[in-house]
Amino acid sequence: MDAGLFTSMLFATVVAGTPLIIVALGLLVNEKAGVLNLGAEGMMAMGAVAAFAVTHESGNPWLGVAAGMGAGMAMALLFGVLTLTLMANQVASGLALAIFGVGLAAFVGKPYEAVALQVVPPIRIPFIADLPLIGEALYNQQALVYFSWALFWGLLWFLHRSRAGLVLRAVGEAPSSAHAIGYPVIRIRYLAVLFGGAMAGVGGAFLSVFYTPMWAEGMVAGRGWIALALVVFATWRPLRVMIGAYLFGGVMITQLFIQGSGLQIDFPSQLLSSLPYWATIVVLVAISRNAGTIRLNSPVSLGKPYRPDA
Amino acid sequence: MTGRPPHGTPSAGTPRLVLKGISKVYPAVVANDQVDLAVQPGEIRAILGENGAGKSTLMKIIYGVTRPSAGRIYWEGEEVEVANPAHARSLGIGMVFQHFSLFETLTVVENVALALPGKPALDELAQRIAAVSERYGLPVDPRRHIHALSVGERQRVEIIRCLLQNPRLLIMDEPTSVLTPQAVRKLFETLRQLAAEGCSILYISHKLDEIQELCHSATVLRGGKVTGECIPAQETPASMARLMIGKDLPRCAHGAAKADGDVRLRLAGLSHASEDPFGTDLKDIHLDVRAGEIVGIAGVSGNGQQELLRAISGEEVLAEKFPVQICGVEAGRLNPGQRRKLGLAFVPEERLGRGAVPAMSLADNALLTAAHSQNLLAGGFLRFEHARDFARRCIERFNVKCGGPGAAAKSLSGGNLQKFIVGREILQAPRLLVCAQPTWGVDVGAATFIRQALIDLRDRGCAVLVISEELDELFEICDRIAVIAKGRLSPTRPAAETTVEDIGVWMSGLWPGAETYESQPPTKRAESPNA
Repeated sequence: MDAGLFTSMLFATVVAGTPLIIVALGLLVNEKAGVLNLGAEGMMAMGAVAAFAVTHESGNPWLGVAAGMGAGMAMALLFGVLTLTLMANQVASGLALAIFGVGLAAFVGKPYEAVALQVVPPIRIPFIADLPLIGEALYNQQALVYFSWALFWGLLWFLHRSRAGLVLRAVGEAPSSAHAIGYPVIRIRYLAVLFGGAMAGVGGAFLSVFYTPMWAEGMVAGRGWIALALVVFATWRPLRVMIGAYLFGGVMITQLFIQGSGLQIDFPSQLLSSLPYWATIVVLVAISRNAGTIRLNSPVSLGKPYRPDA
Repeated sequence: MTGRPPHGTPSAGTPRLVLKGISKVYPAVVANDQVDLAVQPGEIRAILGENGAGKSTLMKIIYGVTRPSAGRIYWEGEEVEVANPAHARSLGIGMVFQHFSLFETLTVVENVALALPGKPALDELAQRIAAVSERYGLPVDPRRHIHALSVGERQRVEIIRCLLQNPRLLIMDEPTSVLTPQAVRKLFETLRQLAAEGCSILYISHKLDEIQELCHSATVLRGGKVTGECIPAQETPASMARLMIGKDLPRCAHGAAKADGDVRLRLAGLSHASEDPFGTDLKDIHLDVRAGEIVGIAGVSGNGQQELLRAISGEEVLAEKFPVQICGVEAGRLNPGQRRKLGLAFVPEERLGRGAVPAMSLADNALLTAAHSQNLLAGGFLRFEHARDFARRCIERFNVKCGGPGAAAKSLSGGNLQKFIVGREILQAPRLLVCAQPTWGVDVGAATFIRQALIDLRDRGCAVLVISEELDELFEICDRIAVIAKGRLSPTRPAAETTVEDIGVWMSGLWPGAETYESQPPTKRAESPNA
C-alpha cells in the first residue's frame, strides 16, 4: 500500500469513527448512572436534522452543532421525564424514542432533502500535521474530531479521578445506598441522561454538517444502535469504546474501498457492507470476556427504575 | 463480659436529640407508634428490641432516610425536619447501617470518600483510613474493592466511614454481629472514648450482655411502641428480656452428642486457590463431621470461610474428587445439585440472593432446593400445589411470620426469612447440613428457635457443620469446635473442654502444633455409611 493511500484511509477511518465515539461516550455516562436509553438512534437523527436545518438557514455550522445538541437534549429530557419521573420502563421508552426520533427527523427534514451545505474546512494543527504518514490524517481534521479526543480524556479523568464521577458510578451501582448517604439520585440521573442526549445530538450534527454535508432520511444508518452496542461490549470502559469505534470506522472504510476499487472479488456486497457491524462486536466480545472486569465495570442497577421512598 | 456500669456519666442540660410522638405508618404496618426518646451529650443509649420492633425505622427517621408520618424532632434544643441524610450529616449525625450501604464495585477509599463532605484526595484519605483502622482495631485495606470483602470486613468499612465524619450523634445498628470478642472489646473502648469526648451514641442491639456492658441507658421497643426505659446496669438480662420480648428468655436444651456415628462429611486435605485475587486460599484442610454431632468452625470473617463453604456446597467445583467426601462419596467434582442428592443441605450466609431469590414467592423458593428431595417434579413439570404445601409446612413448623406461601422472599424480615430458609433445609431431612451464620441479625427468640432446631436435627442423626462468627452461639450448640485462620483449619476440640478465650487466641492462627492435624492421613475412600 502506498503512503498516500494509507494516509487517506487513516483519515477516513478517523472521520468514520468520530460520531460513534461522541455518541457512545455520552451513552456510557448515561449508563454509568444506571439509566439505559435505547433511543440513541432517534436522538442522533433529531440532532442531525436540527443541525443541518440551522446550518443551512444561518450559514454557521457551529450554530448548527449547538442546535443539534439542543435537539438531542430535548429528546433526552422527554425520555427522562418518562423514565425517571413517571417511572416508565426504560427499555420500552427507549425503543419508542428511537422510532419516534427517526420518524420525526424524516418529517422535519423533508424540505432539506437534496440541499447541500458548504464543506467546512478542516483545522490544521501547525507542525504536527507535517508528520509523515499520520500527520495529515490525524491533525488536519474537523474540530469535532479533536473534540472527541478531548471528550475521551475528559471522561477518563471524570470517571476515575473526580468526585462527581465517583458519585455518578455510585448512583449507577446502588441507587438506594447513594440515596441513603444523601445523594440526589434522580437529579444525577437526569443530568446523565441529558449529557447522553447532548452527545447523541452532537454526533448526529457531525454526520449531517461535517461528514456528509447533506440531509437524507435514514442517514444515521444504525450508528445509534452500534454506539449502544459498543458501550456494552466495551464493558463500559472509554478506551475500549474508542478502540471499537475506530475499528468500526476502519472496517467500514476498508470495505468501501474494496467495493469501490473495482477489484474482481467473488463476495456479495451486502455481506461486505455488514462487515463493520459484526466485526466490531466480535472483536469487542473477544477482548472483554473476563468476568471479573465485567463485574467491576458494569453498572449494577442499569435499566432498573429507582424511586426513593418517602 | 461483666455487667459493670460504664464509667463517666452523661452531662445533663440540653439534650442532643429529642423525639416526641414519632409515628411511621406504612400501608400494611405501623412501624413506629408515638415514640418518645431523648439522648444527652456523651450518653450511650441502647435501643433494645426484637427484629421488627421498629428500631431500624426509627433510626432511619432520625437519619433522614425516611420521613415520619407524625411527631417532632429536636436537635440540640431546636426543632428540625431532617430532610435527607446529607442534612443529617451536616447536623452531625452519623449512622452505621445494619444492611450495608456500600458500593460493591468501588474500593474502600472511594466508598468512604462518597460519604465525606468536601473533596478529600484519595491518597490522603487512604492514610486517614489506615490510621483510624489502626487506632480502633478495625483492620481493612483501603485499596480493596468492596465485593471482595467478607461481611465482617464490610462492616468495618461502614464503621470507619462513620468515624471519619466526627459525628456528634452516632447511630449504630447492630454493629457487633460479626466481630470477634476482641474486636467488640476494642469497639466498645472506641465508643466509650467517643462518648467521653461528648458524642452521643444510639446503640441498637438485641444482645443484652453487650448493652449491660456498654450503655448508660436503654429504651425498649416492642411492636413499634416504647415498652420501657431502664438503666441496664441496674437490670438483669432476664428482666430486660422480659421488657423486650414480653416473656422469659428461652434457652436451648442441649444433650450429649451421640458418639461414633458414621462420617457424613470428610475433608481430606482440601486445598483450593481462591478465584478472587483478594480471596483466601484454602490450605490442606482436614475435618470429619459424623452423624449425630454438631461441629462448629469459628474465625474472623475473611479467613477462608466463604471459600470453604463454596467448596463444600459445590458452588466451587474442585479439580479432584477426593478432598470433599459427602456420605462416603467423593464429591469434589460434583455440582451443587448432585451434592444435594447425596443428602447435603446448605444454608448460605446471605439470605437474599443466595439463600433465597428476593422477588420470588416462598413456594418458588422452596422449589429451588427441595425439588428433588420432596418430589416436586413430575415428568419435567413442576408440581406447584406440592411446592405450596411444602412451603406452608416450613412456615407452620418454623413459625415464619409472612403472608403465606405466595409472599415474596424480600417481603419477610431478616429473621423470618432465615427461619424459612433453615426450615426449608431441615424439613428435607438432610443427612448432612452445612449452615453459615445461622442466626446473623436474627432476634433472640428466633435465634433460640433456630439453634434448637439444629440441635433437634442432630439428635435425629444428622451431621451438622456450623460456620459462625458468634462464639457464644458456637459454644451453645456445638459438640466440637475448630477455628479457621488464614485458610488453615485448627484441630477440633470438644466444646465442653475449651473456653471462649482459648478459641479467641486460636483465631489469630496460634493453635498448638499449628502444622499437625487430628485426623489420620486421608484415606482414599471413607467407609460406606449405613443408610
